[in-house]
Amino acid sequence: MNIESFLIMRHELMLTLAAVLMLIAELSFGKSEKSRIIPLAIFIFGAVTAVGFLPAPTGSLFGGMYQTSALIILMKNILNLGVFIVCLQSASWLKLPVNQDKGSEYFLLMISTLIGMNFMISAGDFLMFYLGLELATIPLTALAAYETYKMKSAESGIKLILSASLSSGITLFGISMIYGTTGSIYFNEVAPLITGDNLQVLGFLFFFTGLAFKISIVPFHLWTADVYEGAPVNITSYLSVVSKAAALFILIILMFTVFNALEVVATKVVYVTAILTMTVGNLFAIRQQNLKRFLAFSSIAQAGFIFLGVIGGPGLGITSVIYFILIYVFSNLGAFGVIAVISGKTGKENIPDYNGLYLTNPKLSLVMMLSLFSLAGIPPVAGFFGKFFLFAAAAQQGYYILVLIAVANAVISLYYYLLVVKAMFINKSEQPIEPIHSDGFARVGMVLCVLGMVVIGFASIIFDYIETLSRQL
Amino acid sequence: MDLLTLLIIIPVLTIIGLVFCKDHKQVKIVAATGMSVQLLQCIYVVIAYLMERKAGNKAEMLFQKNYMWFDSLNIQYSIGVDGISVALILLTGIVIFTGIFASWNVTHLAKEFFISLILLSSGVFGFFISLDLFTMFLFYEIAVIPMYLLIGIWGSGPKEYSAMKLTLMLMGGSALLLVGLLGIYFHSSAGGSPLTFNILEIAKVSIPIEMQRFLFPCTFIGFGVLGALFPFHTWSPDGHASAPTAVSMLHAGVLMKLGGYGCFRIAMYLMPEAAHEMAWIFILLTGISVIYGALGAIMQKDLKYINAYSSVSHCGLVLFALLMMNETAFNGAILQMVSHGLMCALFFALIGMIYGRTKTRMINEMQGIMKVMPFLSVCYVIGGLASLGLPGLSGFVAEMTIFVGAFQHPDMFHRIATVIAIASIVVTAVYILRMVGRMFMGPLDNEQFQGLTDAVWHEKIATVALVVAIAGMGMAPLWLSDMIGNSLGPIMDQFSMLAP
Repeated sequence: MNIESFLIMRHELMLTLAAVLMLIAELSFGKSEKSRIIPLAIFIFGAVTAVGFLPAPTGSLFGGMYQTSALIILMKNILNLGVFIVCLQSASWLKLPVNQDKGSEYFLLMISTLIGMNFMISAGDFLMFYLGLELATIPLTALAAYETYKMKSAESGIKLILSASLSSGITLFGISMIYGTTGSIYFNEVAPLITGDNLQVLGFLFFFTGLAFKISIVPFHLWTADVYEGAPVNITSYLSVVSKAAALFILIILMFTVFNALEVVATKVVYVTAILTMTVGNLFAIRQQNLKRFLAFSSIAQAGFIFLGVIGGPGLGITSVIYFILIYVFSNLGAFGVIAVISGKTGKENIPDYNGLYLTNPKLSLVMMLSLFSLAGIPPVAGFFGKFFLFAAAAQQGYYILVLIAVANAVISLYYYLLVVKAMFINKSEQPIEPIHSDGFARVGMVLCVLGMVVIGFASIIFDYIETLSRQL
Repeated sequence: MDLLTLLIIIPVLTIIGLVFCKDHKQVKIVAATGMSVQLLQCIYVVIAYLMERKAGNKAEMLFQKNYMWFDSLNIQYSIGVDGISVALILLTGIVIFTGIFASWNVTHLAKEFFISLILLSSGVFGFFISLDLFTMFLFYEIAVIPMYLLIGIWGSGPKEYSAMKLTLMLMGGSALLLVGLLGIYFHSSAGGSPLTFNILEIAKVSIPIEMQRFLFPCTFIGFGVLGALFPFHTWSPDGHASAPTAVSMLHAGVLMKLGGYGCFRIAMYLMPEAAHEMAWIFILLTGISVIYGALGAIMQKDLKYINAYSSVSHCGLVLFALLMMNETAFNGAILQMVSHGLMCALFFALIGMIYGRTKTRMINEMQGIMKVMPFLSVCYVIGGLASLGLPGLSGFVAEMTIFVGAFQHPDMFHRIATVIAIASIVVTAVYILRMVGRMFMGPLDNEQFQGLTDAVWHEKIATVALVVAIAGMGMAPLWLSDMIGNSLGPIMDQFSMLAP
């Protein structure tokens, strides 16, 4: 093994380097100028994200514990982009006096979870997978409880760590069964030994359940709404976008490599959970007044839609899942960005507070509207393309009933997204939210989201690129 | 830049221009200029089309262009027109042009209003020129969604309820449609050729009949919701009544035609066997639409509701004619689309203008207003006469063709259905004449109405354009019905194998 082969781990190494740089930088700033870490961190992270897109070598390391391919690198880049936008959106919140001297901790924790996620998707065996999973989860709990002066934030942290440890326990149990029947933890050695006997099926089910907690698939979603509501807005957006995306990525990778032989079982499980997840997520979302809870349930429903792509199998299925997640990152972060700005300035996060928002804050309302339309799958924004391909993937396998249920759910989801649009554009308010000047970072974040939503749909080259990559899986 | 893509580019450029406007005077000028150019472009497309045909071009679709879009799924941006789509493009051009002048008085958020309106129209134009199911569906959805904001923000009455109902019902239809389109796509390959979304390619393939039995209702109902197919028409009266003038015009005049066109071009053209098999169900439903709409119109007192129900009836007639599946009836159906589009736009424009003056839309609260508004009243009467099928105006041509076509079926079922549908003409005459008599004739008792003024210049532009089109179509229907008829050949080939 030579030095160059370390370049295979470039994403993780860059992130570690960024974390170390952040620590050093923090030492060099005086007590009063702690908030200067924010632009620096964002700059460093932006650089890391940009470098991630440069062509990188692929291969495996440490005797197969770690592997990477062009597809996995693309996944990591999507996660990087998501985190970068989250960082941009948190700038103004970190500048608040209460958070001022904890800026570097925030970025450190965030980068460590991201490193964990990167290791998780790059895993070549179950051990590395589990390490990555834990590294991704534990700092996240600290982030959820970041606003130590708020009861709800602490509550959300506790809830997150409890459900996360339960879910990783279940995952480990499943892994132990797989290990018991195959005698190996390496993915490429396990795969041919999966024959579909009962213990392996059980092992897969436990493993799936553990990940289902992370993706908040019904019936393992109960923690979601409370945690999302209690955590700071930016962490909520991180949880609902980046952490969910990472878990979905590893799920599709494993389902179509290691557990490929269990296709019959896996398909049934995904079929049922997809229907449950969409329907329950949607029905609960209708009743929500708090926007964070609202988006929590909407993101549960979105996971159900994504499962339509998972059921679509390799090829179009995987392509549509990755493509949709890419779009989902921009759409959901766009919506959260607006919520972050408004709740940061006024503390208001209920839908009725947004009445008449368009008259006072037209730009924020437009960004919100585009994001919601993208989530609902309305053209010309990218969500339309994403959903279309997800449904196409399921239809390709002949699951027309499932597609019918999904499109019915898409109409229900349109209803509650329109409720927010209605509040902003149609409803009148006695005391509308005053015109808000968001800071430069948040603006850059929103511009990125809008660009993403507009461009990704029409630029077919992105879809075709993902398609060529996912054939290699 | 090719001829047809310009039909999308002009509205988009207009929208971009509108974004930079400062006050609502500029907004109106930009919108009016843009849509006038668009109307000229539509007329140019018609002329170019006729010239090309005259020169002997026998291709099924003219001005075809294909650009690959999503390579891996074989999704293309492919466009082309035949006589049917050209007729509807011209209709759309006229309606959006007059719609701009009819909404001259919008002041609240004028810029946003015109942007949404023109965005909607660009979706409609895109739909009519597309030959690719994916692009078609994309444009269809673009046309539906601005409607929510247009009705919700600028509407009247229970606008939030109506807007939500309309949007959800139409999106429900498009959800069904999506299933249908995906099903068609995955059965579009014949003998190992790649899957395709291209309508002309799919028409050459025969989709397995078991699949057709599932996909045809999905697609037909999906578009039928927009075409006010009974029992999915309930969005239409509420939606039209609450919508602002130009939106009612565009919606009843053009968007509902999208439904009929989709039923024809996608559901029936691509799946003729299932269409033939299931036609009786939908003939019953559309028959109910025709009669129920007309009877509903009699019962209403609100002008907009009367016209909304009358639209249900007339659009039902379009679908009814399509399901008769012979050349004459098809021709009549398309003529009816154009004729009803013009009539409806005229009605809703005039209702908007009258309501702007009298502040009421109840016919029992108005009497003798012809004395103060002779111009508007005369136009209204002309529209009414066209609607009840007076010879010399557009309605006669269309309905006559439809019934002649429908009556060509020798069997009892079709005969009875046709006779019942014809009965709707009588009902139509009742509500039109009653409405005209109540509102325009008689003494002008109400003192508040004494000082009202007649139409001003921008209103005259809108109404005159529509009246000329209606009368023109009624006086010289041949060029239009020939243009449509010449394009029906390849479509009839699809159905020829069904002939006994």
